[in-house]
Amino acid sequence: MSFTKRTAKPGFSVQNIGSALSQAVVLTVVLGIVYVLFTNTQENLALRGIESGFEFLDHEAGLPIGDSLIAYNPTRSYGYAFLVGILNTLFVSFLAVVFATILGVFVGIARVSHNWLLAKVAAIYVETLRNLPLLLTLFFIYSVVLAALPHPRAAIELVEGVYLSKRGFYLPRPMAEAGFSIFLTAALAALALGLGFWRWAVTYKMRTGRPMPGFWGGLGIFVILTGIAYLATGRPISSELPVYAGFNFKGGLAMKPEFASLLIGLVLYTAAYIGENVRSGIQSVQAGQIEAANALGVSNAVVTRKVLLPQALRVTIPATTNDYASLVKNSSLAVAIGYPDMVSIGGTIIGQNGQAVEIIGMWMAVYLTINLIISLGMNYLNARVLHVER
Amino acid sequence: MHKIMKLGTIAATAMVAAGAVSAGTLEKVREAGELACGVSEGVPGFSNPNSDGVWVGLDADFCRAVAAAVLGDANAVRYVPLASKQKVLAVSSGQVDMTSRTTTWTMKRDSAEGVDFTAVVYYDGQGFMVSAEAGINSAKEMDGATVCVTTGTTTELNLADFGRANNLSLEPVVFEGKREAVDAYALGRCDALTTDMSQLAAFRTSFADPSAHKILPEVISKEPLAPLVAHGDNQWKDIVTWVVYGIITAEELGVTQANVADMAANSADPSVQRMLGSSGDTGGFIGLSSTWMLDAISAVGNYGEIYERNLTETLGLERGLNAQWKDGGILYAMPIR
Repeated sequence: MSFTKRTAKPGFSVQNIGSALSQAVVLTVVLGIVYVLFTNTQENLALRGIESGFEFLDHEAGLPIGDSLIAYNPTRSYGYAFLVGILNTLFVSFLAVVFATILGVFVGIARVSHNWLLAKVAAIYVETLRNLPLLLTLFFIYSVVLAALPHPRAAIELVEGVYLSKRGFYLPRPMAEAGFSIFLTAALAALALGLGFWRWAVTYKMRTGRPMPGFWGGLGIFVILTGIAYLATGRPISSELPVYAGFNFKGGLAMKPEFASLLIGLVLYTAAYIGENVRSGIQSVQAGQIEAANALGVSNAVVTRKVLLPQALRVTIPATTNDYASLVKNSSLAVAIGYPDMVSIGGTIIGQNGQAVEIIGMWMAVYLTINLIISLGMNYLNARVLHVER
Repeated sequence: MHKIMKLGTIAATAMVAAGAVSAGTLEKVREAGELACGVSEGVPGFSNPNSDGVWVGLDADFCRAVAAAVLGDANAVRYVPLASKQKVLAVSSGQVDMTSRTTTWTMKRDSAEGVDFTAVVYYDGQGFMVSAEAGINSAKEMDGATVCVTTGTTTELNLADFGRANNLSLEPVVFEGKREAVDAYALGRCDALTTDMSQLAAFRTSFADPSAHKILPEVISKEPLAPLVAHGDNQWKDIVTWVVYGIITAEELGVTQANVADMAANSADPSVQRMLGSSGDTGGFIGLSSTWMLDAISAVGNYGEIYERNLTETLGLERGLNAQWKDGGILYAMPIR
């Protein structure tokens, strides 16, 4: 039997030229529209005496920011203030992705659980969270958090140095003392040893077929060695306790209610979607395979790791990529509950210098970049999962 | 997300709109038969829908006055609620013909953002409200305090400036909407709420127990609030400016909503005659009919009446700086002649 390749060969035919021409026309029209929009915008802005361009990024911002990962004060530039916003967006999105994934996996497994109560609770959770606008959920969480917590004067002290109040969650801040660098080196060495043991255990198991607790053994080595190093170097980590003074706690690490509410809201909301992805992934694996594995006497944990997950992930990962992207975009709702994310800070900059076109362009560029990176990472993961399955 | 899209739409309008904003707002308003007037999203006393859905307040009344002067019909107004960060763009792109929404007159906005300010309708200033039990009497005692503030306004900048000038570390919590900022303050998230004094008074009256909150005496900024028009249409700017001056002048001359028709017919005061069109044609200077101020005052009354109705009766605000210059205030309208 012989097959002819149906793909068109490059060459001159009337059809090809026609197709190329029509594509060229469409491309020209699209580029033309973009060009007209761009020049028209420039003209209109100039006509109305509106500044344009990105020079403002170097100007002093003057605006206050309440919650920043990097040192900020109002004398820094607009560009730096915007960077603070980007970092806040990234930080809350990253943590939310991690926690939403963990919670989502549990929810998905609970959904298909044989435990009636667990399955129903998970179903109610998913249906409720998916069918409420995230904005409402955020307002609700924020109000509940604020209403439930006491004034810092009467803060709840969980353990020494850990306070919970309307101003946030305050923790002692770890501080490096003399000898910290020696301790750090020792800890890294312990980590390497632990990982080494884990790798050795895996190959040992493959070679001999005898079980060897690689993970727990490696963890044990790391913990014990690090502990000895900590004591031997004279406890080189001290902590700075938050102290209530005047209006609020000073010192220590703080998690503000806005950040906490946004994180909780994003995690709960996205976990409901991820839970559904996990559920559909699990249900896409034929029950016969699990039964077959069970019949061979393979333990449940191994069935889950070696039979169920590799196949379920193929269905779960592409759908979850979308949910991660949505999560990042949804983080812009921060503005409603007062968390200074990129949109909130950009909005303030617009209010002060009126350059909306530039700021909106910057917002779009940042979200686009973040989401493209997420897509790339998830596609890589997906390709690996597909590879494992073959 | 919704706010961003709204802003995006306006920005897109700004991009696509033909460059013909520079003239002809008067013709556009006459042709449409209504005035598109940008107002706030709800600030009691200034622009806020009442229980019947009618926009009331000092700012809403100035929209009405302009509509009455231009179209002879105070109800020919389409109110467009605008968030803080949309207001300038909405005017410069021609989405609204003017705004009357507690906007502070600043150099940057007036010169580099494609809009012009007209005449000050209210002299305000930024202040702080704190809970009475905090036991502080001056804003300078607020070192370390958390302050709730609204985004997209000069308020944020003033707060940072005040902290820098007085070496106070103030922690801001910045909200998109005024309502959210006030709610967060009421729930105890912040030690203080900062915005214009007039609005602090308005929000204080909305609390369950107003006496539990105290407005501190410091006024940390000058906030002259004025209607906005697009840059470049001088005739339209003159119209809005002189309607505001006319309303203020009416109080000075004792012309009220009740007596304006009688004054137009019988007043012997040449200033009153000129303003109400009984002699000369002041309306003609700005392309309006000679009865422009007669129509405007018949619709909303003079400045004192507007103030009394919207700010004194409901919010208990004193005239303060906004009294006529003859009465110790700084309200000083340019002469209409």
